[in-house]
Amino acid sequence: MRRVVVTGLGVVSAIGNSVHEFWAGLLACRSGIGLITRIDPADLNIKIAAEVKDFDPDRFFTPKRQDYLDRFSQFALVAARQAMEDAGFQPTDEQAHRFGAVIGSGMGGVGTCETGYRQMFEKGAQRLHPFTIPKMMHNAAASHISMEFGCKGPSMSFTTACSSAAHAIGSAFHMIRHGQADAALSGGSDAPIVFGVMRAWESMRVLAPGGADPKRACRPFSRDREGLVLGEGAGILLLEEYEQARARGAGIYAELAGYGATSDAAHLTQPGSEGPRRAMQLAIEEAGLNPEDIDYINAHGTATLTNDANETFSIKEVFGSRPRLVVSSTKSMHGHAMGASGALELIATVLAIRHGVIPPTANYTIPDPDCDLDYAPNQAREKCVRAAASNSFAFGGLNAVLVAKDLDFAGSR
Amino acid sequence: MSIDERVMGLIAREQHLDRNKVTIDSTFEELGIDSLDGVYIMFALEEEFRISIPDSVARQMKSVRQVVDDLTRYLENPEAFKAEAAAPLPVKPAGDTPSGGAA
Repeated sequence: MRRVVVTGLGVVSAIGNSVHEFWAGLLACRSGIGLITRIDPADLNIKIAAEVKDFDPDRFFTPKRQDYLDRFSQFALVAARQAMEDAGFQPTDEQAHRFGAVIGSGMGGVGTCETGYRQMFEKGAQRLHPFTIPKMMHNAAASHISMEFGCKGPSMSFTTACSSAAHAIGSAFHMIRHGQADAALSGGSDAPIVFGVMRAWESMRVLAPGGADPKRACRPFSRDREGLVLGEGAGILLLEEYEQARARGAGIYAELAGYGATSDAAHLTQPGSEGPRRAMQLAIEEAGLNPEDIDYINAHGTATLTNDANETFSIKEVFGSRPRLVVSSTKSMHGHAMGASGALELIATVLAIRHGVIPPTANYTIPDPDCDLDYAPNQAREKCVRAAASNSFAFGGLNAVLVAKDLDFAGSR
Repeated sequence: MSIDERVMGLIAREQHLDRNKVTIDSTFEELGIDSLDGVYIMFALEEEFRISIPDSVARQMKSVRQVVDDLTRYLENPEAFKAEAAAPLPVKPAGDTPSGGAA
């Protein structure tokens, strides 16, 4: 069976616009959540989000190119450039035909969409900007990446809400594993901090209000948790077939070894435990590992009442009632970046394996009897991580779990 | 300002080009304006001149002079455009692709 390795990483996030800043922020337990600045939050009930900061499109794109790029495509391109530079991959003509771009996004160019609606319904415009469709389509990010880096193999987009990036990466992984491609830029991107989206999320009553200290608004697994905090950003990984990576002398972060995808087939917003449990089991099995080989789980950990208790229950079903593994939710710092979150969190997972440090769950204050695992509260922890999982469980009951491991770790099977 | 000055200024502004690069003899191709950019220029012209350019006329606009000529004609006699819009579309030559590309 062909092996798939991670050879490049790229990040645009609320806690930094490079892999280095992102990782340093996670280890320092630094929250990127604050009052919303991109839009006027005066009329919103929820006035906080995990916004990307200091992102100046002029630094990355000519004015003409910007005309074609929604913010979510800009994030994806910048993160992809980082991953390509990190990996030092310059595909030959032959390699380009076996190189794809598989990118998840929950909401695509929703900012462009809202601008169009405002023009039509507020200002009575009879015509819309002709780039409205090509900017807002969910596959725009994948298309722009394929154009910039000459990916002539299979490219596509995935839209499965919070699992978008994980499904994208899992599918790219399978493409390479099964010989359909030799390399792929894969991950997710979202830029949903626009008025209409914020209002719609408010109406679901799952957003944390924030209160006096927005930085502490997202408190996964803590009994005083109050909900999720909407975020934005992009995470992109360069995945390569192992022999190709080795032949060109690439640095390898970790092996992407397993992917489990399941559906609850039950409820649009209420998660079940069977789907998440089976997704974890399938991913571990495909990786050729046993549950006891997993040292760390980067949890879905949204900090909603329901997710955290349900995810804890599902983890215990797979790993036993008192597992020795560590679980953490980095959403407490980078927020819930929707279609990007599965990629940002897999990057955190891969870096935990690479550096032997587990990023913490920030803002953990009060133990919850329904959430009784080791969540690495408030402090990064040095620990050898041989293999780890990243969980993503979407609204709509669509679950995706990715398992990565140290290249040399064979597991106990 | 004359129509040709307004058109050239608009094309330069909307395409982020140096105004001096845009002349009455420039073709869209020379200015690096592809089919999608061309669609956007039609949109900007419609906003600027408060007019509606029929698709059949817009598709033929491939150079600055053509835009200026067509606009001048229209502003003198708006009915002429309407008549053109109502006329049946010319049969496409084989191998021609629609300006919007594959949907």
